[in-house]
Amino acid sequence: MEFRHKDLVGIADLSAGEIDLILSTAASLKEISRRPIKKVPTLRGKMMMTMFYEPSTRTRMSFEIAAKRLSADTQSLTVAASSAVKGETLADTAANLQAMQPDVIVIRHYASGAPHFLARRLKCGVINAGDGLHEHPTQALLDLLTVQEAKGRLDGLKVAIVGDIAHSRVARSDILAFKKMGSRVTVAGPATLLPPFLSDLGVEVTYSLEEAVAGADVIMMLRLQLERMGQGFISTLREYNQSFGLDLRHLEKAKSDVIIMHPGPLNRWVEISPEVADGPYSVILDQVTNGVAVRMAVLYLLIGGEKT
Amino acid sequence: MLIKGALVVDPAQGLEAPMDLLIEDGKISALEPPGKISPEGHEVIDAQVTSNSKKAIRSEFDELLPKQIIKRWVLTPGLIDMHVHLREPGEEYKETIETGTRAAARGGFTAVAAMPNTSPVNDTASVSRYIREQAAAAGLARVYPVAAISMGSRGESLSEFGDQKEAGAVAVSDDGKPVMSSMLMRRALEYARTFDLPVISHSEDLQLRGQGVMHEGLVSLTLGLKGIPAAAEEIMVFRDLALAGLTGARLHIAHVSTAGAVELIRRAKAAGFKVSAETAPHYFSLTDAAVGGYDTNAKVNPPLRTEADLAAIKEGLRDGALDAIASDHAPHSTLEKDLEFEAAAFGLIGLETSLGLSLKLVHEGVLSLSQLIAKMSLNAARILGLPGGTLAVGAPADLTLIDLDREWTVDAGKFASKSRNCPFHGWTLKGRAVMTLVGGKIVSSEQSAVSRKGRG
Repeated sequence: MEFRHKDLVGIADLSAGEIDLILSTAASLKEISRRPIKKVPTLRGKMMMTMFYEPSTRTRMSFEIAAKRLSADTQSLTVAASSAVKGETLADTAANLQAMQPDVIVIRHYASGAPHFLARRLKCGVINAGDGLHEHPTQALLDLLTVQEAKGRLDGLKVAIVGDIAHSRVARSDILAFKKMGSRVTVAGPATLLPPFLSDLGVEVTYSLEEAVAGADVIMMLRLQLERMGQGFISTLREYNQSFGLDLRHLEKAKSDVIIMHPGPLNRWVEISPEVADGPYSVILDQVTNGVAVRMAVLYLLIGGEKT
Repeated sequence: MLIKGALVVDPAQGLEAPMDLLIEDGKISALEPPGKISPEGHEVIDAQVTSNSKKAIRSEFDELLPKQIIKRWVLTPGLIDMHVHLREPGEEYKETIETGTRAAARGGFTAVAAMPNTSPVNDTASVSRYIREQAAAAGLARVYPVAAISMGSRGESLSEFGDQKEAGAVAVSDDGKPVMSSMLMRRALEYARTFDLPVISHSEDLQLRGQGVMHEGLVSLTLGLKGIPAAAEEIMVFRDLALAGLTGARLHIAHVSTAGAVELIRRAKAAGFKVSAETAPHYFSLTDAAVGGYDTNAKVNPPLRTEADLAAIKEGLRDGALDAIASDHAPHSTLEKDLEFEAAAFGLIGLETSLGLSLKLVHEGVLSLSQLIAKMSLNAARILGLPGGTLAVGAPADLTLIDLDREWTVDAGKFASKSRNCPFHGWTLKGRAVMTLVGGKIVSSEQSAVSRKGRG
């Protein structure tokens, strides 16, 4: 299996075989991070630029660490201090960055489709690190890797994704990714946060957390953005927590070896209780570790080796 | 000038037959069966293709052989686009009245109604006068200003409808924005009645639209773009129909895009309301799938809808719920379009593709040719109270000659419009205007298509 893409802009563009290739590459690269000297020369002389138009803790650091472990040079554009605040268009910014000849640009942007916009214009590779409400493909890949490590498989698992599906690019990428790998996906949340047509994506839709977690192998809790409260999506945090906050009682209904995931950052006592977030079923920190491995794999497959 | 042997299609007279048409003093002076009008002393436009003229090699004897007519151009009343944005005054980098009317003439349109969301907004008679002066100077198509309902189209206070009518405005609208206040819309409908002006409704509930940038459906879900539900349009269509019932005013619903809106209009008509409605070619040619890949040329308001809506639009055109086809020609430059999808402006251009896309309805059997011409000329003339829309003797010689079978490829790079925001670039269409005349004067013509001779 060869990886024949210039860019990684969404899970939507990947086949199951390509996802498998990324996951197996990530699994083999993971070992590098456990060495005393955590660096290999694979991407020496390659340049990764990051452009983050939205705040990020994990994703940006994870990409930078991944690049450094593979010996790529990294340069980050700090948007608050860049020409974007002077009104430079994304097209112009991209053309200028291209002129500095990076091998790959990692972009996070508040506009859905911004990475596609760049990918169409630039000769270098473009990696989507989260675009608007659309996709966050490397997050979905690290989620897959984490589940595969814990369960030994992805096919046939019941995956529950709970919370603010409407505003979550993680949810969209996870739904696509888990479906492609043969998992069964159930989404749950208040109807205000479940966009219409979700069932057309081939997922089960429920308004009941209990129903979603029953028999689940994997429970993925999404962050509730607190500003949604003022926008009429939910009434109060108290009621949200009562209806959709995951606590120990719910785990009894899930499979006995259920794992609990969360893309972070956490709102303890809103979507998840501390006992669950920090308890034995939680693989939340494994997700972060796997994030580095998956991003190493994606960088290697996109810009490593000789490509024609 | 004598136009000879065209297939004349004039829905106003229920006419669809080969005829000769004579133009004198900018007016239609005679319309007779072929051969009845003497060509003596007239410039002749031969609108028929004969077997001889098709031959690649001609001999000197060809003129003596009996000619067989193998094809006729279609001659219709000049097409009228009742909903365009010409951007002048204020945004001349997108379009001017001259380039916009050149695009109109090229597309077969002899008249357009120009929406008031210019800069400044057309909320005073001087703007309408300016638009008409610029149009007269360009001399390419008639331009009928549509005046703003409210000052600055801000939805607060009514503009001077009477003054505007004096200055040539043919309707009032805050197009581009809805009149969100139901009370102001009621007053606008009543006030317009005073001056016998139709009110054109841009039907959209802005609060329900929210930050939406495309139709709310499976495509918006998968693209992660905020959706505009069909209900955002239908709620306002229903409100304005209710207000039309309340006031007895003439209401025209602009750019209908949803199945629900078509049905509401159909019922209001059945109930005897004085309501008319238009749709645009993109609503029966494209669905929200065209937005895939984040193509900002497919970003338009109201948004491209679903297959079911598209089918309902066609049915509405067929059964008469929808009276007119208008392009909603909305030029934007790369400054507004070469951006992230959510940052890009709404709107696409249509004057040069409208006829080709609409003729598809005839080729598919949705509409007869006569029905289509009614929707692209006569009905717009009736709704706005314009001269034209007919080939009756005495009417202005605003005429469109169409080659129904011509296959051509849309090349946005070659448009007369200043803008290029066209989602149909590269499409192959069948049928196009080959000559356009306004007041008996040729304003656009393909020299190769129609042979012009000094005598018959």
